Amino acid sequence: MPVLDTGLTLSDKSKKPHTELFFPKFSRIFRSFGNLRNKMSQNPALKLENWRNCLLTPLSLAHNVPPKQKGASGDENASRNRRKHAHGPVTVNHNRTHAPPNDRGLFFVKRKTHVANGAKQMTREMTGAKMVVQALKDQGVDTVFGYPGGAVLPIYDEIFLQNDIRHILVRHEQGAVHAAEGYARSTGKPGVALVTSGPGATNAVTGLTDALLDSIPIIVLTGQVPTFMIGSDAFQEADTVGITRPCTKHNWLVKDTDSLATTMHEAFHVATSGRPGPVLVDIPKDVQFANGEYSAPKPSSSHYQPVLKGDLEEITELVAAIETAKKPVFYTGGGVINSGPAASQLLRELVDATGFPITSTLMGLGAYPASGKNWLGMLGMHGLYEANLAMHDCDLMINIGARFDDRITGRIDAFSPNSKKAHIDIDPSSINKVIRVDIPIVGDVGHVLEDILKVWKARGRKTDAANVKLWQGQIAEWRKVNCLAYTNSEKTIKPQYALERLEELTKKHDRYITTEVGQHQMWAAQYLGFEDPNRWMTSGGLGTMGYGFPASIGVQMAHPDALVINVAGEASWLMNMQEMGTAAQYRLPVKQFILNNERLGMVRQWQELLHGERYSHSWSEALPDFVKLAEAFGAKGILCSDPADLDDAIMEMINYDGPVIFDCLVEKHENCFPMIPSGKAHNEMLLGEAETQGVIDSKGSVLV
Amino acid sequence: MSALHIKKGSTRHSAYNLRPTFSDVQERHTIAVLVENEPGVLARVIGLFSGRGYNIESLTVAEVDHTGHLSRITIVTTGTPQVIEQIKAQLGRIVSVRDVHDLTVEGSSVERELAIIKVVGDGDKRVEALRLADIFRANVVDSTLNSFIFEITGAPDKIDAFADLMRPLGLAEIARTGVAALLRGD
Repeated sequence: MPVLDTGLTLSDKSKKPHTELFFPKFSRIFRSFGNLRNKMSQNPALKLENWRNCLLTPLSLAHNVPPKQKGASGDENASRNRRKHAHGPVTVNHNRTHAPPNDRGLFFVKRKTHVANGAKQMTREMTGAKMVVQALKDQGVDTVFGYPGGAVLPIYDEIFLQNDIRHILVRHEQGAVHAAEGYARSTGKPGVALVTSGPGATNAVTGLTDALLDSIPIIVLTGQVPTFMIGSDAFQEADTVGITRPCTKHNWLVKDTDSLATTMHEAFHVATSGRPGPVLVDIPKDVQFANGEYSAPKPSSSHYQPVLKGDLEEITELVAAIETAKKPVFYTGGGVINSGPAASQLLRELVDATGFPITSTLMGLGAYPASGKNWLGMLGMHGLYEANLAMHDCDLMINIGARFDDRITGRIDAFSPNSKKAHIDIDPSSINKVIRVDIPIVGDVGHVLEDILKVWKARGRKTDAANVKLWQGQIAEWRKVNCLAYTNSEKTIKPQYALERLEELTKKHDRYITTEVGQHQMWAAQYLGFEDPNRWMTSGGLGTMGYGFPASIGVQMAHPDALVINVAGEASWLMNMQEMGTAAQYRLPVKQFILNNERLGMVRQWQELLHGERYSHSWSEALPDFVKLAEAFGAKGILCSDPADLDDAIMEMINYDGPVIFDCLVEKHENCFPMIPSGKAHNEMLLGEAETQGVIDSKGSVLV
Repeated sequence: MSALHIKKGSTRHSAYNLRPTFSDVQERHTIAVLVENEPGVLARVIGLFSGRGYNIESLTVAEVDHTGHLSRITIVTTGTPQVIEQIKAQLGRIVSVRDVHDLTVEGSSVERELAIIKVVGDGDKRVEALRLADIFRANVVDSTLNSFIFEITGAPDKIDAFADLMRPLGLAEIARTGVAALLRGD
C-alpha cells in the first residue's frame, strides 16, 4: 500500500467519497473551474488534456519515495536532471500527487460539464482565495512556502488549481518564514509564506521578528477565523494582527473581499520599499470565500513613499570630508545588500577609486568582495583586529547602510572617539539613535552612492593620498597580528580548520552560505570569503537559532543548481531539524555542515568568561546519530572526526546530489576569538586564550 | 512617511543637526501625529511608546478629516532631546502615520485641554467654589443642591491650578481630555 504524502493510505481515502474529501464547497469549485477554463483558453499549453496527463503522473514520481529506491533502479542521474529542469519532480506537479490517479481523472472528467457555465462569471470578479493567488502571480511570485490549515483551505484550493506558483510544504510554520527569508535574501525579491490562523500565525512570529531586525522583505499570509467569529475565542483563533504588530513593518486584517486585492498589492509595496521588512496580511475565511472585485497592481497610490535621494548639501559635505580625510574607513552594512546589486557595484567603484579601507558588519558581507585589496574583514564583537582598530582610530567613518548595532560599537562612549562620522541610511530613525553623527544622509544607499561618486568626480577625484597611504601602512601593521590564527591539531578537527577547508573546497562553486547562530556563525563569517552580495544568509539582529536550515531550503528553491551550505552547530540545527522532511520531499540538495562540539558553544564561552566556568545546561546531551538521522529521512549522512579525512568528506558532501547531513565532530572547548568583551572598547579586544579570566567587569556582565 | 520636519525656509532635508542632541536634560514636548484612521492605528502608536520605553503624559485622538479618514493624535511626552528625536523618527516609520509635527520645536503653538470637575459641598464652600470658577472662567454645566460640575478649558497648568483650588472645597471627581494643540500662524 503506497503511503501518500497526505498521510492517508489509499484505503483510507477510498472509504470516503473523493468529492467529500477534496471539495467541501461545490459551488465555489465550479466557479474556480470556470476560471481555470478561462485560463486554459488563453494559454494553449494548459489544454485540459495536458492537465489530465500531468495529473495522471505515475505515483513513482511522488516526492517522498526514498532516494534509496531510486538508486536501486539506477535512476540517480534522472533525478538530478529532473531537479535541474523543474526544481525537482515534485514541483512539476506536487500539488496533484495528493490523490490517487483514478480519483483525479474522475474528478476532472466530471467537472468538465460545468466549465461552460462557470466561464461566464469570470470577469474581474473572483473569490478572495482566487484573488490571493492572482495577486501573488501579478506581483511576480513564483514560490510560496507554507503549511495548510482550516482557515486557509480556500487559498490552498486555488493553489491546487494552478501551476504558476510553486508551493513548498514545510514542516513547521517557523520554517516557512525562515525559508521565505532565505529566498528573499538570496534573490533580492520578497519571500512569501502562507500559514493558517492561530498556531500557524503564532509559529510565524519568530520568523517575522527575525525579518524585522534584519530588514528582510517578506509577506506572510495568515488565515483567520471568519469575520463574524472574530473575538469569540473560536477554534484556532488568535489576535494575529495584535500579536504581530510589534514584529512586522506593517500588518493588515482584511475585513471585506473588495479590499483584499489592493491590500495584497500594498503589502508588497510596503515590504519592499524604504527599509524593507516583513508584512502580514490576515485573511478571514469568509473573506476568502466571498466574491469581490480584483484590481491589478498599479503604480502605487500608497502614501508610503520613502525618500530615496539623499540631500545634496549633506552629500557635498561628505565628499569634502572624503577629500581631506587622513584616516578614513568605510563601515558598510546590510543596507548595501538590501539596496540591490547596483549599490554593491557603486560601493566597489567608490572604494577602489578612493583607496579607502572598508569593513562590514555581519549583515553586509559580500557587498565588497573579500578578495578586494581594501577589504579589512568583518568588524564588531568577533570582528577582525585590523577592522576594529581601524574603526577606533579613524578620522572619518563613512557608515553606509549599517546601524551602529551594539555588537559593532562595544562601549559607546569609547566608540571611535576622534572621528567625524557620516551615516547613510534610508531609515531616519537609525540616524543618531545610538551614535551621534556629523553628516546624516537619509536616502537609499544606491542613490546616495551614485550622487557621492558624481559629486566627488565633478570636484576632481581628490583624496589625501599620501596620508591614506600611511594609514594603509598602519592597517598593514595591525594585520600582521594575524588575529584569526589558531592552534591546529592533528588529532581533533578544529572548527576554524573545518571552515578553512570548506572555504578552500567550495569557493570556486556557485555557492550560497546560510548559518545558524553561535560560535560557528562567527567562525563562518571570519573564515569564509564572500565575493558577491546575496550569498550570505544569517540571522544577525535577532540571532535566531534554527534559522539556517529552513533558510537554506529557501535559498535552494531559488537557486536549484547552486551549492547551498548551512554552516550549523548541532544545538541550533536541532531546533528546526523537522525541515529534513521538506528537504527530502523536494529533493533539495542542501548541505548541512554541522560543527558538532556537543556544546552550546557560545553560551559555554560566555559561562567560561563571565560565570566562573559553571557550565549550566550548555552541553548537548542525548544527541542523535546524525548519520542515521539523515538515512531515516532518505538523505545522506557523513561523519567526520579526523582532520586527515576532512577534505575527502567535504568533497563527498559536495558531490552528493541530495540533502546531506555532515556531522563534523570538532574540538569541544574552542573559544571564538578575537572578541571584544561586553562593556569594552574596540581597542580592548581579546585575541586568544591568553587571558580570559575576569575580562568582563561587573558592569559589562549585565550586557548581553 | 514624513519623519523629517523641515523648518520653514530651511534647505536641509535633515533636521538632525538643527538642535543639540544627546544632552541629559528632560524636555517636555507636544507632538501632533496625523494618522490614517484605520483599525489598530492607535495601538501602533501606543505600542511604539510602551515597546521602546518612552513616556506618555497625555494623549488625545479623534478623527479630524472624515472624508480623508485622517485622525490627529496629540501626544505630550517627556525625554532627553535624543529620545524626543527618536520618538519623532520612530513615529515617522509607522506606515499609517502621514505626518509628525513637534509643536514645541516648530514654533509657538496653542495648547488647550478641557476638564469637567465635580465639586461636592454646601454653605460657604459652595459659594467659594462658584466664585473661583468665575475667576477661572469655568462654566457650571450641572448643578444639584450640594454639587456642581464645572467645565474648564485652558492650558494644562491652568486646569491643574483650578483643580488644586477646588480640592479643599470638595473636589469629588475630575475628567480631563488631554491636550489638543495647534501651531500658531500660517
